[in-house]
Amino acid sequence: MPLPPLSDRTETLVVLQGVSKSYGTAEGPLMVLQAIDLTLDAGQSLALTGESGSGKSTLLHLVAGLDHPDDGRIMVDGQEIGGLDDKGRASLRRSTVGLVFQQFNLIPSLTVAANLAFHARLAGRFDAAWQRQLTERLGLDHLLARYPEQLSGGQQQRVAIGRTLAARPKLVLADEPTGNLDEATGDAVMALMLSLVAETGSSLLMVTHSDRLARRLDRRIHLRSGCIDATTVPTA
Amino acid sequence: MMRRTAMAALLSHWRRRPMQLVMLLLGLSLATALWSGVQAINAEARASYDRAAATLGQDRLDRIVSGTGAPITQSDYIALRRAGWLVSPVVDGTLRLGQTRLNIIGIDPLTMPTEGLNADVARDGDLAAFLTPPGLLYLSPETADKLSGSALPPVKRTSSLPAGIGMTDIGVAQQLLGKPGEISQLIVAPGQRRDLRAIGEIAPTLVVKAPDARGDLARLTDSFHLNLTAFGFLAFAVGLFIVYSAIGLAFEQRRATFRTLRSLGLPASTLTGLLLAELVGFAIVAGVAGVLLGYLVGSILLPGVAATLQGLYGASVPGTLSLRPQWWASGLAIALFGTLAAAAQSLWRVWRMPLLAPAQPRAWARASESGLRLQAAAAATLFAATIALAGFGSGLVVGFSVLGGLLLGAALLLPVLLALFLALMQWLARHPIAQWFWADTRQQLPGLSLALMALLLALSANIGVGTMVSSFRLTFTGWLDQRLAAELYVTARSEPEAAALRGWLKGRVDAVLPIWSVSGDIADAPVEIYGVADDPTYRENWPLLARTPETWDRVANGAGALVNEQLSRRDGLEIGDSLMLPGGWTTTIAGVYSDYGNPLPQVMIGLDALTTHYPDVARLRYGIRLPPENVAAFSEALRARFDLPPENIVDQGSLKRRSLAVFEQTFSVTAALNVLTLGVAGLAMFASLMTLSTMRLPQLAPIWAMGLTRRQLVVLELARTLVLAVITLIAALPVGLGLAWVLLSVVNVEAFGWQLPMHVFPADWVRLAILALGASLLSALIPLRQLAATAPSDLLKVFANER
Amino acid sequence: MNGRLPTANVTILLLMSVLLGFSQPMPAGAQGFAGLGTTAEGFAVPEPGKSFAFPRDHGAHPDFRIEWWYITANLMGADGKAYGVQWTLFRSALQPGDREGWNSPQIWMGHAGLTTPDRHFVAERIARGGIGQAGVTPEPFDAWIDDWRMQAAAPAKGSETSGPSDGIANVTLRATGAEFGYALGLTAKGPIVLQGQGGYSVKSAAGQASYYYSQPFYTVRGTISLPGGDVAVTGQAWLDREWSSQPLAADQTGWDWFSLHFDSGEKLMGFRLRDSGAGYTSATWIAADGTPSPLPPGALTVEPLSSAQVAGRTVPVGWRLRLPARGLDITTTAVNPQAWMATRTPYWEGPISVSGSHQGRGYLEMTGY
Repeated sequence: MPLPPLSDRTETLVVLQGVSKSYGTAEGPLMVLQAIDLTLDAGQSLALTGESGSGKSTLLHLVAGLDHPDDGRIMVDGQEIGGLDDKGRASLRRSTVGLVFQQFNLIPSLTVAANLAFHARLAGRFDAAWQRQLTERLGLDHLLARYPEQLSGGQQQRVAIGRTLAARPKLVLADEPTGNLDEATGDAVMALMLSLVAETGSSLLMVTHSDRLARRLDRRIHLRSGCIDATTVPTA
Repeated sequence: MMRRTAMAALLSHWRRRPMQLVMLLLGLSLATALWSGVQAINAEARASYDRAAATLGQDRLDRIVSGTGAPITQSDYIALRRAGWLVSPVVDGTLRLGQTRLNIIGIDPLTMPTEGLNADVARDGDLAAFLTPPGLLYLSPETADKLSGSALPPVKRTSSLPAGIGMTDIGVAQQLLGKPGEISQLIVAPGQRRDLRAIGEIAPTLVVKAPDARGDLARLTDSFHLNLTAFGFLAFAVGLFIVYSAIGLAFEQRRATFRTLRSLGLPASTLTGLLLAELVGFAIVAGVAGVLLGYLVGSILLPGVAATLQGLYGASVPGTLSLRPQWWASGLAIALFGTLAAAAQSLWRVWRMPLLAPAQPRAWARASESGLRLQAAAAATLFAATIALAGFGSGLVVGFSVLGGLLLGAALLLPVLLALFLALMQWLARHPIAQWFWADTRQQLPGLSLALMALLLALSANIGVGTMVSSFRLTFTGWLDQRLAAELYVTARSEPEAAALRGWLKGRVDAVLPIWSVSGDIADAPVEIYGVADDPTYRENWPLLARTPETWDRVANGAGALVNEQLSRRDGLEIGDSLMLPGGWTTTIAGVYSDYGNPLPQVMIGLDALTTHYPDVARLRYGIRLPPENVAAFSEALRARFDLPPENIVDQGSLKRRSLAVFEQTFSVTAALNVLTLGVAGLAMFASLMTLSTMRLPQLAPIWAMGLTRRQLVVLELARTLVLAVITLIAALPVGLGLAWVLLSVVNVEAFGWQLPMHVFPADWVRLAILALGASLLSALIPLRQLAATAPSDLLKVFANER
Repeated sequence: MNGRLPTANVTILLLMSVLLGFSQPMPAGAQGFAGLGTTAEGFAVPEPGKSFAFPRDHGAHPDFRIEWWYITANLMGADGKAYGVQWTLFRSALQPGDREGWNSPQIWMGHAGLTTPDRHFVAERIARGGIGQAGVTPEPFDAWIDDWRMQAAAPAKGSETSGPSDGIANVTLRATGAEFGYALGLTAKGPIVLQGQGGYSVKSAAGQASYYYSQPFYTVRGTISLPGGDVAVTGQAWLDREWSSQPLAADQTGWDWFSLHFDSGEKLMGFRLRDSGAGYTSATWIAADGTPSPLPPGALTVEPLSSAQVAGRTVPVGWRLRLPARGLDITTTAVNPQAWMATRTPYWEGPISVSGSHQGRGYLEMTGY
């Protein structure tokens, strides 16, 4: 699949209109998100901040097509994902979206090299040269034959970032990517990720509870009890 | 108090995972049940042999028997008595009553030493009636019920007699059995005077036999029971796989709890003790359930076993199981043993667990290559030992050891082979999903290998036993066609009737083939000697395994004898060897014939030689050749002329049917055990898959997040189970065929004295494959349905940071 | 030995309660204790006035229910010790008549005893008729069970007279047990004695009777075998022959019977039948020439003097016997008080010595203790 033309990058990539989501709990339904409106342009980066339980991870999962909203519309790359079936949403995750999780979620049975190539191959966008470049940039050259459990946390997260970016997704969704790392390692990994995302031309939606990290992104939205905090200000 | 709290914490695990508890108890009770069910059958049969062996004190007293095969005469008996020998005469024989066979024992209660009669028979008030015609016939209640309505002397019931034995006065018995004046053996009372004339001087044809604590029956049936025990043990071992994996998992999952308890001050010894107590508790619960279940299994299987023992060995075993107290003890003991054997490794780890080692969340760590290498080495060693054993050892125990070595070695080797295969497939795979599929299957292997090993055992046993039985059936059917060449078999009730029969048959049929035999001993072991007429029926049909062009001429002119395969193998006899027969005469072996289903050595000599050397031979049975279309009319005429009971005139067809029925019956128990074993293996598979499914989500969620649907994941998981099952099935084929070969060429030879050619039945494999794959799919069904129904929110929990 | 009839009766009675059990297929009268007190269904019954013919009557009478050949011997060993020997062959019929083979209703039983002053040996044999294991032929006389045998023999060499030629004047006698044996030669020095009224011996007021004759005049020479070795013996023996079908009254419980050889050559047979009442005694005085004098009931009085613990029972082993008509007042002493016949039906039987008005030896049998 050819890379999307650069001119498309000014388009709006993600649109959320009136999105609500609740979960059933032992004490009755818990409203997690309420009537969220939000847009993200192509190539733009957006930080989602908020307290624990404010619904920021849920919002990320909805955008990724991992879960359904109860109400409202979600458009990703011009597709109304509410209208997609299981297969369609899987296709969206495979081709358009790339996910980076706090727990890395590497495939334990595959080597670093296989993990790195996995998503790109799955999306049919494996590019050996880009893969090599990424490996080098991420400093993983000497770790390619290892298995995830033999790596440190920082190394694992670098693999996870590499795996996502190797497929050149239009949208990178990251959920506290450095949350499991110490500050120094986290900063280094974050810097690496941001620059690579920028080089790839992907949009980035990142959940974090850190103001410091949020400030490094183009925009920032603060969630409070499932609603967008009016005091939110763009970081740039 | 601390202990109680700690115990409560440990036990709370099972409340959270009731399925694991069910699997543990189920596996343990199934293993116990199959084992103790088989043991119960064996115990019941052995008890009845012992009773049979002790009925006439054969286990304690000397006996005098004929050395020539001819019956002991009454005058020999009187001569011994009048020389001062305190001996008591016994006549025995089998009475056919419709479909039932009754072993009649005729005694003389007046001379029978008290040590010689272990049955409550002919006591006090009954003695006069016992001695005076029509006499009394003592039967066990069960046998009496079975025979009610038969034309027999007045019946008295006594539970002191084994089933299938009728005891009566010797005079009555001689009449019933058509053996007037015959004595089968003399019981020698203890404490004889030392100055008596030697028995050999008084009656030169008689020999003294030392007491025999076990009895001929126990010896004859040994191989049968060993067979049963071996399969019972196999089922037990397969059941233990379930127990092992359930215990292993429960221990792994409670590591965090163990650590917490330890850091709270619980000593390792106390913790181990508590876990041990927990296991013992489970073992007792499962043991009780297992014994009850085993009783059920035993009760269901026993009638088949009893029918087999009756058909093959003429041994009477009651069809109902009595619940013996030692049974509970042995059932509970084996449950306890099984639990502790399965838990030993886990308990050891807890005992040695370092307090501060990091918690290992994954229950089944990736099996290290060195572990696999060790397993491969163990398998290789086992195979080498097995081959050495097969080459140099002999005996039935060796046969079963070879079987055990083969099975265990194959089971150990299976994970190694699977790992190699999966690595190869992963290396060959190009597509990322395929790569992931093989890599992930490889990672699952340690968790599944025990279940797969159990499956391998069950499948191999099925293929092996199935091949053995089918080969045997094929050979046996062909052999029956050869052996039962006469169209009609007639038995006269007495010598005068037999003479009349011979006269009547003359000219009416194509040929009359006497089937006359005597029994005697060769080297202290019983043997049957048959006379054979010189007739094309034999020359053309008799199933010879070794022959020369002169074989039949030499038999006909009395210069040679045929021996059955059993005797040939037992004594290493070949054509040209000389053979000393009862009565002290010697002949030369002219051929060897196959004689399936007969536990006794057998010799065939010319009819003239038989009547010359054994003039007293009973001349009652005849095979009759006539055109097949005349059989029905002719047997009717025969019946009408001699008023013979139906069981005395048997046509070829029904004799074959009867023989085949005995054959099928013989293997029905084995088949039932095989199916049960396969069922247990399926359950082991199910238990493992259930266990693994609880750990699958974290491994599957990232794949799902990267763009696979749940449906695709379910299909892949199913494919994984099937691939493993298919590979196991393929691996089971050579193991099963090896097993069949050992059964046919080693175990059968040792147990029964005959070797059988091996035939291969691929259609059976297809059926087994479908069955095995069906079982695997079934075992995967519940875990996969759970996976398919997993809500996205559950998958998302894998990624959740804040919960 | 008319005493023997009841005696043996009790013996046999108990045996028969084992043997016959009275489940005999007889139409009537088949109830009651051992049936011996009842009418003998199908069996011949003794009648008075029978004329005995020897040797024929030495043989078996299978139409009668019970019969025996009963020998007791008082012996003196070369070692100076007193010994006693018993040899008995009982016949008892389950049904009258005989058949060949195992179906024979005749049951034979042998008892052998050998008493020394401090040991008492017992052996027992039992056999069925019809097969040759046991039986009696009258001429030449032969009575046997297994290897036990009483058989007519040629007169012992050197004996001055051959005695009466009635077929049993010279016999050999042998029996063996696990630890003992004996082989004796018997020579009659007097005639056969018919007991009761010419051999018809009435046994009770109710009329039970038997045929009964004796040969009390045997002298004995032979060998007994003991665990310590063989001992040559000489002495006297007494044969009783008796057969009947219904010999015992229903209330008679036991019997004390004496056969005595006095030094004078005279003999006495006497017995007491114990019953629920005063009992019943009877005796025969036999002159040295063999002439019998039956004594009326009650003429003989017997009185136990001392008893011994034997096989867990109290048995009177010392007696006082009085027969005023013959001036007899004697006491008897057992050679061995422990002469217990531990057979299927146990009883006491052993040699005794006699002192008092007459000196001599004899045998005592006691049943029902």
